[in-house]
Amino acid sequence: MASIGFNELYFLLQGLKWTVALTIIGFIGGGIFGLLVALARTAESKALQRVTTGYIAIFQGTPLLMQLFVVYYGVALVGLNVDAWIAVAIAFTLHASAYLGEIWRGGIQAVPKGQTEAAKALGLHYTSRIKDVILPQALKISLPATIGFLVQLIKGTSLAAIVGFVELSRAGQIVSNQTFRPLTVFAIVGVMYFLICWPLSLWGARAERRLQTAAR
Amino acid sequence: MSYSLDFSVVIERLPELLLACLATIGLAIAGMALATVIGVLGVIARRSHIAWLRAIVIGFVELIRNTPFLVQIFFIFFALPQLGIRLNPTVTAIIALALNGGAYAIEIIRGGVDAIPKGQVEAGLALGLHKAQIFRFIVLKPALRAVYPSLTSQFIMLTLTTSVCTSIAAYELTSVAQKIEADTFRSFEVYFSITILYLIISSLMMGFFALVSRISFSYPVK
Repeated sequence: MASIGFNELYFLLQGLKWTVALTIIGFIGGGIFGLLVALARTAESKALQRVTTGYIAIFQGTPLLMQLFVVYYGVALVGLNVDAWIAVAIAFTLHASAYLGEIWRGGIQAVPKGQTEAAKALGLHYTSRIKDVILPQALKISLPATIGFLVQLIKGTSLAAIVGFVELSRAGQIVSNQTFRPLTVFAIVGVMYFLICWPLSLWGARAERRLQTAAR
Repeated sequence: MSYSLDFSVVIERLPELLLACLATIGLAIAGMALATVIGVLGVIARRSHIAWLRAIVIGFVELIRNTPFLVQIFFIFFALPQLGIRLNPTVTAIIALALNGGAYAIEIIRGGVDAIPKGQVEAGLALGLHKAQIFRFIVLKPALRAVYPSLTSQFIMLTLTTSVCTSIAAYELTSVAQKIEADTFRSFEVYFSITILYLIISSLMMGFFALVSRISFSYPVK
């Protein structure tokens, strides 16, 4: 039985780096597209509403793992010859855009209607109405759920391991196979995830409490 | 680029896939049932007067909710044998789903129970109901009704999570799909098709949950 030394820990930290990178890419990409999804979902056009509702329902009704597989093999199919990690990043971006779109839709709709009417009465055009009046309030309302999804996304990146991408979970599997110490290795991997996710979860819970106190 | 889609392999092996759908649904139902039991017991323990019991429940919930399901299932499947606990893939999958779903269920049900005004329980006592009646009619039923939407959407998540059980080669839809993919190399066709199967399974479940809600919780609130 090999022991777990500096090299193994370093390998795990390399994996952790990719977990963090995937999360950041997915969250930023998903945030940009998610905002578009949320705006389209709350737009006045019935067609836009229906398309985005369908988009969200598909991503929320299928496993993330399948979304990874379909995008992973799908991008090759449409002739894009991209790196595995770009394919995975695209999948996480799409996944995050649907979930964040739905969360922010809820936030936008929770802003009292009077705010939109007041902005219209003041003569603000659409961009300013959304950017200066609705979104700041909507994002504040959606902050706890957004943080909750970020945690979910971090944990979700572990599924990239199943498509063969070496992030933290896959790195753990590899080290475990090399050292025959699954108990120690997966405990370390679990602690690493926990140390990233737990502070975020606490922040989310605090944001939610603050919101509830403010609502009272 | 001259790849042509060919779904015939999927159609050919549809019986296998449909059978695997049943396995997926079976895993999901077992997971949901045990998660609910863990959820209710966890909430009772969380509200007990024994400090260490409360601490264990809080620790369990935080630990499970802040680590990936994949790592949890790996831990149970690969690490526990080192401690002499060896389980087969299906049992491992059910335990992992139950523990994971249970942690979320504890949080969700706790929220519902906490939301019941204390005055209602006192009113029940004043009316001469006994403890079991109070728990059943005043605490449990309204709490269940309050948490039903979040609990059932968590159950849908649990159902979708069963796909991760392929990583320990448990028998379910994704692992069967991976076997077919390995036989035929029709990766996109296979995964695209089972994605649709998952969509059908989750839609059916949502429909079922909506129906149960309409039958059981349709009494007026005020």
